[in-house]
Amino acid sequence: MIEPLPIAVDHLTKRFGTRTVLDRVSLAIAPRQTVALVGPSGSGKSTLLRCLNGLCAFDAGQIRVGPHVLHAGDGRARRAEARRVRSMLGMIFQDFQLFGHLTALGNVIEAPRRVLGLTKDEAKRRGTELLDRVGLADRAAAYPAELSGGQKQRVAIARAMAMSPRGLLCDEITSALDPELKGEVLAVLEDLKRDGLTLVLVTHEMAFARRSADRVVVLADGAILEDGPPSVVLDHPQTTRAQRFLSRVMT
Amino acid sequence: MRSADRTTVPTEGLRRLADEETFGRFLARGTGPGPRAGLAPDRPGHHARRAARGGFWALGLAAWLVAALAVAAEPLPPLRWAADAEGGAPYVFRDPTAPGRHVGFEVDLAEALQEELGRRIEFVQYDFKSLVSGLKRGDFDFAMNGLEVTPDRLKAIRFSRPYYVYRLRLVVRQDEERFATLNQCKAVGGVVGTLEDTAAERLLDQLGVRKRIYDSQVEPYDDLEQRQVDAVLLDLPIADYYARQRPKLKYAEEPSARGFYAVAFRKDQEELASQFDAAIDRLWRSGRLQRIYQAWGLWNDDQQALSGAEGMADVLRESARQWTPARYLPLLLQGAWVTIEVSVLSMSVAIALGLPLALGRLFGPAPIRWLAAAYVEFFRGIPVLLLLYFLYYGLPAVSEYYGLAMDLKLAPLQAAVLGFGLNYAAYEAEIYRAGIGSIGVGQWEAAASLGMGPALAFRRIVLPQAIRVILPPMTNDFVALFKDTSIVSVIAVVELTKQYQILAKSSMKYLEIGLATAALYLVMSVPLGYLSRRLERRWGKGA
Ligand SMILES: Nc1ncnc2c1ncn2[C@@H]1O[C@H](COP(=O)(O)OP(=O)(O)O)[C@@H](O)[C@H]1O
Ligand SMILES: [Mg+2]
Repeated sequence: MIEPLPIAVDHLTKRFGTRTVLDRVSLAIAPRQTVALVGPSGSGKSTLLRCLNGLCAFDAGQIRVGPHVLHAGDGRARRAEARRVRSMLGMIFQDFQLFGHLTALGNVIEAPRRVLGLTKDEAKRRGTELLDRVGLADRAAAYPAELSGGQKQRVAIARAMAMSPRGLLCDEITSALDPELKGEVLAVLEDLKRDGLTLVLVTHEMAFARRSADRVVVLADGAILEDGPPSVVLDHPQTTRAQRFLSRVMT
Repeated sequence: MRSADRTTVPTEGLRRLADEETFGRFLARGTGPGPRAGLAPDRPGHHARRAARGGFWALGLAAWLVAALAVAAEPLPPLRWAADAEGGAPYVFRDPTAPGRHVGFEVDLAEALQEELGRRIEFVQYDFKSLVSGLKRGDFDFAMNGLEVTPDRLKAIRFSRPYYVYRLRLVVRQDEERFATLNQCKAVGGVVGTLEDTAAERLLDQLGVRKRIYDSQVEPYDDLEQRQVDAVLLDLPIADYYARQRPKLKYAEEPSARGFYAVAFRKDQEELASQFDAAIDRLWRSGRLQRIYQAWGLWNDDQQALSGAEGMADVLRESARQWTPARYLPLLLQGAWVTIEVSVLSMSVAIALGLPLALGRLFGPAPIRWLAAAYVEFFRGIPVLLLLYFLYYGLPAVSEYYGLAMDLKLAPLQAAVLGFGLNYAAYEAEIYRAGIGSIGVGQWEAAASLGMGPALAFRRIVLPQAIRVILPPMTNDFVALFKDTSIVSVIAVVELTKQYQILAKSSMKYLEIGLATAALYLVMSVPLGYLSRRLERRWGKGA
């Protein structure tokens, strides 16, 4: 079982110029919890995830990821802390962002070798294991251009897992996939959840959220509207804004 | 006056003063019993003497008649004779004791010709290297200035019968022990100084000896004394005049490679040229030519060849026969190697400089971005030729002028590599900037989310993918650079194109050697294109 990773967001404020994209957001995520983050487009979901693993700086508040704390503002210290945060918290993107010049296995072993300093053999052994786990052992030598969307995203997951994170941030990782390919990716996620990873998923798959998430958070205009177990948030949303949004996405 | 006296004259005294370009007054100072200015009044007596001695009545009479008739009918305009008086001893140069006058064995020869032809000859100062083109343009009537009869010149020029037989002289330092002949000099990798477009230069090329080209006759010997070159190969009259009295220098081997000086006319001047042929012939037979050369210390046994001198027509055929592929191909390959050397080294400099420039422009703080942009605009904006000139000729002058401690004197190859490197770095920087910029921010973020720092992400993730975009235009640039390097000949680097020019000129095999040269360029650049496509395919996997 993986070591537990709690995440705490405290009055997080993020602005782009004069525009406030996240407005004093607070959110505590227990270790091994799976949180589905939903909300209309442009509500700040991606921005929140990017703040969580330090890909972008923020203007006020603070974020705690396990033992590490990210403070507002930018600077050398924040960037160093962000790198430590990232070593515990992987991220997977909607558009895969596989490295085009490397094979599937190459994508998976690159960071373990260069960042963790694993030997090539060791990295390959673990990488092959991970590819096997996401069902792609036979595609290890394929380049990204030769893979389907679902396969690419599974390689991306294996690549993130190769760094042995304690949590994963997934930003709409099935949105770019054809419906029949979504299932294979979601199945991998459920498998990871069993390992005890802390998962924060931005998703529009309400059925999946209902089935697999411990908690659903609805974000709109940079603020949290609803926060609770799927059955409560999805079936009995408190705010009219959330009601409207959920009725649109669940039909 | 004897040449031995003249050898002590400081060379500065020979430099041309920038006053009148033409003058006809040199005749005021005659050598020997010659006439004064203007026409040649005592021609009949002169002829009688010569004819009596040589027994060529008919010839002498005919010439006299022709000349006399011409003079009687209408005083013809003076003939304009072009030569370069600048540093041109013992040919034509300023009289050190009376700088308004020109002296030299060719001045004496012109004077004698004037008498023979019965027509005034007027001196026109003309840059030596432009004599042939000036003649073609019609700036003057003839050129007589130690012009060697060479195959390529014979094509465009009607040469008179030769008036002097020269040899080449190898001059070395007094303490030289490594070699005594040109071939030995080549074996030890010695560099030999000479003048551009002379028989000496051609001989060096033929033998494949490393050379350095000079503009004036003094500098090579100065540089030899200062160990900048290992030997100097020039015509014997030049060596006699400029090197013999230098205690630090000595003559190396016996003079070799005989050749002719002749008067140059255009092809359409057949009539005038044949008058000169006859006049020179008379001067030879009368012994006046010999007296002139004796007066200048230039007389030697070689001159006997002048009596037979039809040899000239053979020069062309003979020379072309010498230039077999076995002879010119090694020289072309040498040139090709220099082309490769300059291209590869320049490209290395351009890459080493272009990448930081691109990174500076993409990711640097404002001042660095600005400086990198300024660099690119500057070096893309100035002609590379200007840059080469500045680096090679300008820099030493700058360091001298400002009294800088360091010696900024670059070797030709260094200047070429630096010039092209600086120039192409600007283009490379822009290619890299576009290539690196084409890799989306998502790749950086993906790398970062795996714990990679910016440097690692750049090196392992961004750059390898950018290379795919960069490679095709970069190969294009390299092929362009390959061909651009042909201009480095302006700073005395002899690469493939320059080598072609030299060889084609010497052999007249413009087409044959031209095709061989083109083939060499293709052999070098076509595989480059092939390699580029292969690399593209390799790096392009998974795009
Ligand atoms: N780099 C940026 N610069 C300026 N505005 C941005 C940037 N990234 C996101 N935004 C804005 O912030 C808001 C939230 O964006 P995002 O977090 O991507 O929303 P979501 O992922 O919920 O659709 C949007 O209005 C978007 O236009
Ligand atoms: Mg988003």
